[in-house]
Amino acid sequence: MTDAPFVANLVAFGRALRSVGIPVTPAQTADLARALTWVDLTDRAQVFRTARAILVTRKEDLVLFETVFNLFWRHPEGQSVSTPRRPPAPRDRPRQEGFTIATYAAFRARGELEERDVADRAGTFSDQERLQRKRFAEMSPEELEAARRLMRTFRWEASRRVTRRRTPDPSGSEIDLRGVLRHAGRLGALPAYLPRRTRAEKQRPVILLADVSGSMERYSKLVLQLFHTLMRSMSDVETFVFGTRLSRITPQLRLRNVDRALAEAAHHVVDWAGGTRIGACLGDFNRTWSRRVLRRGAIVVVVSDGCDRGDPEALAQEMRYLQHRCHRLIWLNPHAGHEDYAPRVAGMAAALPFVDDFLPARDIRSLKEFADTLARVRGGARRARIGRTEVSRGIPRVESDTRFDYVSS
Amino acid sequence: MFDSIEATQASLQEQGYFADPGLATSLFLALRMDKALFLEGEPGVGKTEVARVLSAILETPLIRLQCYEGLDVNHAVYEWNYPRQLIAIQARDGAQEQDVADIFSERYLLRRPLLQAIDRSHERAPVLLIDELDRADEEFESFLLELLGDFQITIPELGTFRAEHPPVTIITSNRTREIHDALKRRCIYHWIDYPAPEQELQIVLKKVPEAGPALARQVVDFVQRLRDEELYKLPGVAESLDWARALTHLSAERLDEDVIDRTLGLLLKYQDDVDVIRGRRAAEVLAEVDTQ
Repeated sequence: MTDAPFVANLVAFGRALRSVGIPVTPAQTADLARALTWVDLTDRAQVFRTARAILVTRKEDLVLFETVFNLFWRHPEGQSVSTPRRPPAPRDRPRQEGFTIATYAAFRARGELEERDVADRAGTFSDQERLQRKRFAEMSPEELEAARRLMRTFRWEASRRVTRRRTPDPSGSEIDLRGVLRHAGRLGALPAYLPRRTRAEKQRPVILLADVSGSMERYSKLVLQLFHTLMRSMSDVETFVFGTRLSRITPQLRLRNVDRALAEAAHHVVDWAGGTRIGACLGDFNRTWSRRVLRRGAIVVVVSDGCDRGDPEALAQEMRYLQHRCHRLIWLNPHAGHEDYAPRVAGMAAALPFVDDFLPARDIRSLKEFADTLARVRGGARRARIGRTEVSRGIPRVESDTRFDYVSS
Repeated sequence: MFDSIEATQASLQEQGYFADPGLATSLFLALRMDKALFLEGEPGVGKTEVARVLSAILETPLIRLQCYEGLDVNHAVYEWNYPRQLIAIQARDGAQEQDVADIFSERYLLRRPLLQAIDRSHERAPVLLIDELDRADEEFESFLLELLGDFQITIPELGTFRAEHPPVTIITSNRTREIHDALKRRCIYHWIDYPAPEQELQIVLKKVPEAGPALARQVVDFVQRLRDEELYKLPGVAESLDWARALTHLSAERLDEDVIDRTLGLLLKYQDDVDVIRGRRAAEVLAEVDTQ
């Protein structure tokens, strides 16, 4: 059983699984070698279930595991299975070249670019002030880059909630009996010292949902950069994007480098700049994800202009469900905050009754306001909840041709 | 213990638990390799039941730790009996130091489930059920990771407790959050899916024999179809059983629109879902079931 080719094949199998992203440790491979001594090796299904039991630790990996298993062990029993040869990975870095005049020139040119960069960043006070008020929609690529750097400097944190964990605190409201008796026992006398404790606080989980459909296209990159910043500053963040369907991009945005993270996310999402079905996508979120991520007083942030081609009533229904299950529902709209703006788009009007904070996201200043809201959200704020029967009544009548009439001059 | 995967499956079935071969394999391996069995799945698919059945098969006590937010060492492992300790100190007012030192002896120790599970007084390994681990905080997970490694617990005042017979451990999670991979890798992981129609029928017939084969078949077919609907919360096996029981209490011999309408709340736990299914959609699903 422990003959060399057999073990080598198991190791190669583990490598094949790792190459598709299923994390398999050497210890697990060793466990599998041990486990296979107890099962009938001629029974393919039994071997499959044994390998699955030991190597897979996530439901998401089950289907992928089966595919790899079938590809890898397609050879009949007894025959050695060769390691599948992977095509050479594309080089992501150009080969180091020798020092020539040309490379030196290229090096200089790059240096100059960076210098300009630095000059940009410093800016004058009035430049900064101007940048803060300038609408994202009107910014040049350089200004957007500056905006991105600026928003990274904000203090991003979610408001805190009281957990059920206890922590020592001299001014706490509870007496820590375990501590009291430990001291008393040590002194051999009646308790004289009363250590106290209080309930620990923790930042609330934050769920980010961004609209990346056609009408939001020019904001999408900035929004994802914002999400990346938020993920790097807070501990418990989940990110999703939607257009006609919902995609979770939390794992992609975990990459430290913002450009690589965005590239990964872009690769993962299939419907950039397409149509919008906000109601259906929120419904998908509510059914598939809400139970898993909306816990412990989560704050939900939706970034969208509310231009929806779906059924407004369905959107209202999903918004109501979502609002009931989170601590606070914040909606960021890149068009809001302008004096000419009124939420007359059918989708926005349908969603609005269920939004706790409707905030603009048109310039740096409004993002600052968002940061403050996120950090300030208080516990126990009572909301006027809208009942199910009132959902359809809550939607203002909207003419279908008023869809884009908020676009101001 | 079990000799083979087939024997595992048969023993479970004897106790009225119909496991698919995947679950039987995982359980068999967990027992053989002295690893914990990590069961994940939607609510109501019979995760907790595995532990109960296993303790019946092995004829050993079941020790259950229900997880919740804020669960800490005081509630999971041990606690001192403070009132008794205080009384003891008071009773010996003015006594010597060494007389008081024994307030940290086993007499004053309250054993919580994890300490009970590694207690030396067990003649053989008990079944330890750590239920709904996803409800506990991440901090508790790391503690558990340590415990599963060597099954020993150190109480500073008393010393180290080590299990003579490490418990057979079953951990369940409803997946309301991801459990850390490090913990799952220490375990044999298994995702329990909703049962196949035939399997669910066996379960209903076994647990609610008074329903009769015709009604049981209808109940199972109806519930299986509901699981394809766009619902916020799908009915589990627990809901099928409750529903079948309720129908027999109402002396229903067959499903009809009226009785479905009156009992839909047993299957669907969210009002939004009830609203979607009640009436026309329920009638359509019933028609599909009947033409089958």
